[in-house]
Amino acid sequence: MNNFSYTKAATTDEAISGLNGDIRNKIIAGGTNITDLLKYFITKADKLVDINSITENNSIQRLNNGGVRLGALHTNADTAYDPIIEERYPLLSKAILAGASAQIRNMATNGGNLMQRTRCYYFYDINTPCNKRDPGSGCSAINGYNRIHAILGQSENCIAVFPSDMCVALAALNATINISGPDGDRILAFAEFHRLPGDTPNIDNNLKHGEIITSIDLPEKGFPENYSYLKLRDRNSYSFALVSVATAFDLENNKIKEARIALGGVAHKPWRVLEAETFLEDKEPNTETFSAAAKIILQGAKGYEHNDFKIELAKRAIIRNCFMALNPETQRPGAKPSL
Amino acid sequence: MILQRTIRALKEELFYCNHFSKRTISSIQKYFPMDTKAMHQTTLKVNGRDYHLELLPWTSLLDTLREEIHLTGTKKGCDHGQCGACTVIVDGKRILSCLTLSVMKDGSEITTIEGIADGENLHPLQKAFIECDAFQCGYCTPGQICSAVGMLKEGKANTREEVQELMSGNLCRCGANKGIIDAIMQVKEGGSHE
Repeated sequence: MNNFSYTKAATTDEAISGLNGDIRNKIIAGGTNITDLLKYFITKADKLVDINSITENNSIQRLNNGGVRLGALHTNADTAYDPIIEERYPLLSKAILAGASAQIRNMATNGGNLMQRTRCYYFYDINTPCNKRDPGSGCSAINGYNRIHAILGQSENCIAVFPSDMCVALAALNATINISGPDGDRILAFAEFHRLPGDTPNIDNNLKHGEIITSIDLPEKGFPENYSYLKLRDRNSYSFALVSVATAFDLENNKIKEARIALGGVAHKPWRVLEAETFLEDKEPNTETFSAAAKIILQGAKGYEHNDFKIELAKRAIIRNCFMALNPETQRPGAKPSL
Repeated sequence: MILQRTIRALKEELFYCNHFSKRTISSIQKYFPMDTKAMHQTTLKVNGRDYHLELLPWTSLLDTLREEIHLTGTKKGCDHGQCGACTVIVDGKRILSCLTLSVMKDGSEITTIEGIADGENLHPLQKAFIECDAFQCGYCTPGQICSAVGMLKEGKANTREEVQELMSGNLCRCGANKGIIDAIMQVKEGGSHE
């Protein structure tokens, strides 16, 4: 790690003034990603601002509008096992528990989960070109070994994927993100937070320098009756997704009243196609309907040799997970396939 | 001029190397004095004993335990949060000491493998690991046991499949996983961890 200074912030305002709008000053919360990035010299910091003492951002609260607020500093484990989340947002709970390991979930925070960086091996290898780590140097993955890389929303500058499981569920649930910064507070819809690589893959999301995430709000509707998170990967547990799917249904008289489908492991952000969700409305839940929806979601998907299989894998995962969402009690620990 | 530049480069090189212990760094400092304002007073309560330390902010908890406090039971496997060998219990929760900066844990209570047993009496998990042949080389074992202690305390694993899933953060390259899960199930079902 490079030589940095370290301060503790006791309030959100102290954290913002500690950051001072400077990209070289970094926040540290759980530390599960930034510590690793610092060790590899991928991230360099002049100053680390430790925000773990900001108690106001470390809770789960019911909101007056019927929703729930997840503190940015609440840990992933405490969020997944919170009785309110388990009961009302089981999709979120299952998605969190499919990610990382128990130790890492005990450390990692909700805000940090949104801020984690890609696990592209070329991004992590400082001896290879990477537009995300070193803008303008080129993308090693496009013509390299790209088994884990993006099939949707990528650009010729970057085919990295965003690795979070939690965020796939948050995208499906239409969460919103509360942000504080030197210019005041603002709220971002979940879909507006992460961005596609385009010409600036070094920028993961729309958080500005000097801003911090204070909390994440879940709307009232949590789809506790019909939901499922499916994660497919090379190892059964403690591995990043090749493809993951968060599915939630609101069913009425054996017809789909409302559907949500979000994909992880396939793009630079959690991938949702609203057209497919609208298509599913008022349809009977069956293989034909689900296959048609999967086809809509994968429209325009493009493989780069080693990840070609992901296109078919994603389609089948969507169909399988739609059926799993009809029988959520069959969910297995770690979001493994069931049924 | 060239010599000065070489010395400065060398100093920076040494200062960046976080795996040097404070003692090594201070012996280097004798010859190349450095700004020590970067040091942070940190108190860690490890296995019931207070340690007052002066630490550089980029020292990991793992390096502090091994190099400053000289408790080498906690192992450095990958040093990148991928293997679980460095698992310790901080304020009642199992975490990875390699991804934790010590300065962030000022005032915390830490239990390492050295603090698991009750004096000469082994912890039920330590006994069960021996009975179930739950290791071969033993390098992952301290992390496995600390992780299992944390998992049983969390109380979220009810079935064998759930135990496997919640222990997946601890890799065993010898492949003693069956024995490890057997040992944990034995303790869990015997209720002797409570």
